[in-house]
Amino acid sequence: MAKVLENLDEVTIRFAGDSGDGMQLTGTQFTSTTALMGNDLSTLPDYPAEIRAPAGTLFGVSGFQIHFGSTEINTPGDTCDVLVAMNPAALKVNLRSLRDGGIIIANTDGFDAKNLKLAGYDKNPLENGLTEQFQVFPVAITKLTDLALADMNLSTKLVERSKNFFALGMMYWMFSRPIEPTERWIDDKFKKSPELIEANKRVLKAGYAFGETTEIFAVRYEVKPASLQPGKYRSITGNEAVAWGLIAASVKSGLELFLGTYPITPASDILHELSKHKNFNIKTFQAEDEIAGVTSAIGASYGGALAVTTTSGPGMALKTEGIGLALMLELPLIIVDVQRGGPSTGLPTKTEQADLLQAVYGRNSEAPVPVIAASTPADCFNMAFEAARIAIKYMTPVILLTDGYLANGAEPWLIPQVSSLPNICPTFVTNPEGFQPYSRDEKTLSRPWAIPGTPGLEHRIGGLEKQHITGNVNYEPENHEFMVKMRQNKVDGIADDIPLATVEGDEKGDLLVVGWGGTYGAIRTAVEAKRREGKSVSHLHIKHLNPFPKNLGEILYNFKNVLVAEINLGQLVKMIRSKYLVPALSYNRVLGLPFKASDLEQEIDKIV
Amino acid sequence: MNLVQEIIAENKNQAVPKYTAKDFSSDQDVRWCPGCGDYSILAQVQRVMPELGIPKHNLVFISGIGCSSRFPYYMDTYGFHGIHGRAPAIATGLKVARPDLTVWVATGDGDGLSIGGNHLIHVCRRNVDLKILLFNNQIYGLTKGQYSPTSEYGKVTKSTPFGSVDSPFNPTLLALGAESSFVARTLDRDPKHMQYVIRRAAEHKGTAFIEIYQNCNVFNDGAFFTFTEKESKDENVLFLEHGKPMVFGKQKDKGIKLEGFTPTVVSLTDGKYSVNDLMVHNEKDTMLSFILARMSSFPNLPRPVGVFYQMQRPIYDVEMERQLQLIREKKGVGNLETLLNHGETWIIQ
Repeated sequence: MAKVLENLDEVTIRFAGDSGDGMQLTGTQFTSTTALMGNDLSTLPDYPAEIRAPAGTLFGVSGFQIHFGSTEINTPGDTCDVLVAMNPAALKVNLRSLRDGGIIIANTDGFDAKNLKLAGYDKNPLENGLTEQFQVFPVAITKLTDLALADMNLSTKLVERSKNFFALGMMYWMFSRPIEPTERWIDDKFKKSPELIEANKRVLKAGYAFGETTEIFAVRYEVKPASLQPGKYRSITGNEAVAWGLIAASVKSGLELFLGTYPITPASDILHELSKHKNFNIKTFQAEDEIAGVTSAIGASYGGALAVTTTSGPGMALKTEGIGLALMLELPLIIVDVQRGGPSTGLPTKTEQADLLQAVYGRNSEAPVPVIAASTPADCFNMAFEAARIAIKYMTPVILLTDGYLANGAEPWLIPQVSSLPNICPTFVTNPEGFQPYSRDEKTLSRPWAIPGTPGLEHRIGGLEKQHITGNVNYEPENHEFMVKMRQNKVDGIADDIPLATVEGDEKGDLLVVGWGGTYGAIRTAVEAKRREGKSVSHLHIKHLNPFPKNLGEILYNFKNVLVAEINLGQLVKMIRSKYLVPALSYNRVLGLPFKASDLEQEIDKIV
Repeated sequence: MNLVQEIIAENKNQAVPKYTAKDFSSDQDVRWCPGCGDYSILAQVQRVMPELGIPKHNLVFISGIGCSSRFPYYMDTYGFHGIHGRAPAIATGLKVARPDLTVWVATGDGDGLSIGGNHLIHVCRRNVDLKILLFNNQIYGLTKGQYSPTSEYGKVTKSTPFGSVDSPFNPTLLALGAESSFVARTLDRDPKHMQYVIRRAAEHKGTAFIEIYQNCNVFNDGAFFTFTEKESKDENVLFLEHGKPMVFGKQKDKGIKLEGFTPTVVSLTDGKYSVNDLMVHNEKDTMLSFILARMSSFPNLPRPVGVFYQMQRPIYDVEMERQLQLIREKKGVGNLETLLNHGETWIIQ
């Protein structure tokens, strides 16, 4: 039977199943292949905090969404066009994100009486009503996988584990993707087990062939490559990009990288990634707790390392005192906070932007710390590098905010030329003549970095208030006020050394939508859509949150309305209102999920 | 070679000056209360330092918070006054980043065993090459007199006016339990003994833990007088010496004999026992070290001081360096260009 080939500009697919069904793997494989096809893309892994929640339950559903196209793609997609559901729970949890008329590919073998009951279905939804609203394709994925492997004498468990490759093969066929990249990946991943290589490849091919030969799929789709800037690309997640940005900063500064950290979702992958690349002389120290994570990093920084600690919200709370010590000692330190849903333990695997005020203000006394934020997964590379630059140049702790969505989300990344990355130039004082631990560089106000092992510079530092210049312990009232202001001035002065904020769209108009962090893609998508409708709306995304870019006030005053959109209850908006005295409006969602561009579009419509 | 390695290399072959104790005294005024046991600890450390043959610029003293933690300010070496309880973690970071340095930690019973207990046990477990001086005065001094995690049950303090119902830690036993590879106890009022123990700790490779009985003459005066004062010391202290039978008493007339697993005091003058019947100290015997450390719980037994345990085992910072070197040899030194371009990439024309 001849199949129809239909051309699409963009598609969103969601793979959903049990935590143990391998949906994350399926999603990342589809992503890699799609990236290789030259599409622009954005992904959203959405998985439960439980490692292997009981099979078939609603709370055990793990999903992976990919939005790809021949056009510019900035978000993982508000709704999906295709839902691959491995069981009734996966269908139930994800059905609300499927658009009307969307495609459901369901593993009918997962829809047994037990699983239907666990998902709370009285009747099998595949046979009742769904077909009116959606295009439903029931496929006996488990049985077909079993058939493909019939002569291999594999355990039921192994067969069961391969079925995600069947689903992947089908989707490769349906969206006209090659299976070779995944075959190569299987060869590498299972190189110690020829049996698994054979089994997984067979199932992948069987899935592809099923799409081609059976009659249930009448239409096949094609998504042409996007017109991306020419160059060499790779796919990268935010956590990988943070790790690589830190490695790049280590190489470009000539400082050894030290990571003191404690495992925490969703930041642990930075530790994993850095631990892989120890041939860069990276020392990763998995500490006994979050506090030892930050304080060991401070110790390493004192010794002349590029020191980093990585964490998420609860860990940030524990590191607070350590960050205060680092700013008092005026030693370089990078703190990466991969924000997750809170407060307390909150939603460990979900995303949020609610640690901004904690990062900027959350320490005892007057404790200014530069705060910057990454706006896309790939931008995490640039901002990790920027954090290192500021930390070293200004002898200060720097907080880099990313979030769960950026951390696990992936996008194509135009690989930078190493030679195009700026050098970072730390200087260690070595001349004992006239050395004073708290003397200051006239321009940056930073103090000298004097590391142990340097003859003649033996000196003592600590968390007690310092006397200006000598660094000796000092309790004099005037000195304290002077030093409080000095530390503030040093951080404020960084505003002279960061890029000016740039508006996407017109520099003046009816509405400026202001955002920061991982909402970049959603805000850009919404604002672009409204601009195409002719509305006077622009987008400003702030990357340096403390201090702000110097021209921020000027930009805000050029718009009749300012709307600050954040995944919290209004944190940046407080900072903007208080600093610039503008009546900024606030748009907030705290679903543990990225913004939907469509929701934001509606909000923009209310204002202009 | 990176910038730090250049500094290390440049100063590597410099002759170590002939220091005196005075060379280790900083220009800061010492601010402990007159009569405090801390003065003696400072003096003994300053006395031993010149013997070690380590240039001052390679010595770092790191502390937390409390009276003991003012220690680094008074040493003319590199010094780092940290935050409460975190000195072992700060020191671990420094030692791992800079294995070329000699790093000492000064802490107290509150700093090291209460707020910083977690870091202390983990540093011992990892066997980071740090020397830890734990000043045990069984009281919170800097916060002006609350009971500490080593204060005895029933202790009356400002925060326990009706007596503490809290049970204390035994720091030596805790360090042994946490797998410290060198564990010793000494006394602030026995300078010679303290110098010996400090010297032994300095020679040890790996975590060296020293509990120092230290008198707080303001808030807990005389806590250890039984063990430190002339009139009672000989009858109540057992000085441990490797390979020697456990004899004590002014006339060397008593000894420790093991009955089952229980150490008991026997007389060497009543004709029943001779030194040949006594326990012989062996620093390499981990079982024995626990028995000796447990003796503090029994008031009828003398209090052991000296080196309880010393054993060589893999050192965290050394192992990490070794591993990095192996990885560099195997994979080659990291190249950024290669890293960014490895794996699946594609070209857009």
